[in-house]
Amino acid sequence: MWKWLHPYAKPERAYQLCSTLQPYFFWPAVLCILVGSVWGLAFAPQDYQQGDSFRIIYIHVPSAILSMSTYVAMAVAALVGIVWQWRTAFMAMIAMAPVGAVVTFIALFTGAAWGKPMWGTWWVWDARLTSELILLFLYLGVMSLYGAFEDKQQAGKAAGVMALVGVVNVPIIHYSVEWWNTLHQGATISKFDKPSIAPEMLWPLLIALLGFALFIAAVTVMRMKNEIIRREYHRPWVKEMVQSAKETNHAV
Amino acid sequence: MKALWSGIFKRDLALAFRQRSELAQPLMFLLMVVTLFPLGVGPGPATLQKIGPGVIWIAAILSSLLAMDRMFRDDFWDGSMEQYLLSGQSVWAISAVKVLVHWLVSFVPLLILSPLLALFLNLTVQMYTALMLTLLLGTPLLSLVGAIAVGLTVGLQRGGVLLALLLIPVFIPLLIFATSAVDAAALQLPYRAHLAIIGAMLLAAMAAAPMAIAYALKVSQN
Repeated sequence: MWKWLHPYAKPERAYQLCSTLQPYFFWPAVLCILVGSVWGLAFAPQDYQQGDSFRIIYIHVPSAILSMSTYVAMAVAALVGIVWQWRTAFMAMIAMAPVGAVVTFIALFTGAAWGKPMWGTWWVWDARLTSELILLFLYLGVMSLYGAFEDKQQAGKAAGVMALVGVVNVPIIHYSVEWWNTLHQGATISKFDKPSIAPEMLWPLLIALLGFALFIAAVTVMRMKNEIIRREYHRPWVKEMVQSAKETNHAV
Repeated sequence: MKALWSGIFKRDLALAFRQRSELAQPLMFLLMVVTLFPLGVGPGPATLQKIGPGVIWIAAILSSLLAMDRMFRDDFWDGSMEQYLLSGQSVWAISAVKVLVHWLVSFVPLLILSPLLALFLNLTVQMYTALMLTLLLGTPLLSLVGAIAVGLTVGLQRGGVLLALLLIPVFIPLLIFATSAVDAAALQLPYRAHLAIIGAMLLAAMAAAPMAIAYALKVSQN
């Protein structure tokens, strides 16, 4: 496996891999999001209690689930970078960070918009809401630490350490917030548990989830290509690529 | 090895006590932040008792953030850090000693000051006991985890605010467990479980943080 995996530590090969993968991520993502949201928003049956407002679930739940998975993926990339000294792993990590932050923000925003009609408030200090907010802070911390360094090689390593500290903390934060909440408030409004969801509601949700995941992957791959070019623009292979792109443009 | 550790220990302690004003400033900040709360939310004894544990812990975290960056800053800028890294001695042991010194000079005074803070905020004796225990277990955790972020930001020209941004989310669990321990004590409930969790976090940090600090320092030194 190592023999197969190792060449991708080289930026050039990683770039090629990204270019190959990009269409496979992007187009299915568009398709899944379209199908999932049209089905979910227009054709799925109404919820017997929440009426039509439950339909925001098709955006809220995928983004909430994936905000955490993206963080874990980022931390795995950081670990790979630190242990095996892969520069490309740090590039992947930092390519994921803003994407994850935006997804976390979407989860928070749609959650607030859903909370207003259902709970009668934009925000409660519920366990899940609080840990999601802290997750956003962790993303922002990793990004600002990365931005603070001039030397991006060093920046990657530093942000990687912080991402790993964060991933150790995420479960602790989650449980601490949950216990803290139950200790203080008891179960008042936070009935987040899904009433075992009907299959005609579940299917569009799963499709939307897959679409969001593929979309995040597609954007990550795009951002990673940019990152590779930004760091390697003085290397011969980038120059060659630009040159050949120019020539084909002229030919057209 | 022992000579090295005790050498660094004595040296750092001596350096810290020669910059007394720098040691005193975070404590004065802590005292003033705590003073702001009775003025801001009203001096009713019941209110103060309710918010007291949280206020003391938040003030402790904020003031520790101010004092945190002196842990490695001088060593980094005068080149001693480079010598430590080049010396071939285990960097994690050196950084562990430095963290210990930092805890001694910046948090032990805080512990000594804490009865006064408890008095200001009208805490009962049970609450104060719980607060003292959580501070005793929790502040070394602040030092250890904080040192990782300090190690990462020490080479930056303006790392102060960034340090706070990195550390505040990480300190949230500690704040939650510590204040809920004191709240439990206020209701005469057992709070050993909270202390056990803080203790567990401290032990985990003692095992893992020195290595992370050493790596962070190497990254900063490039």
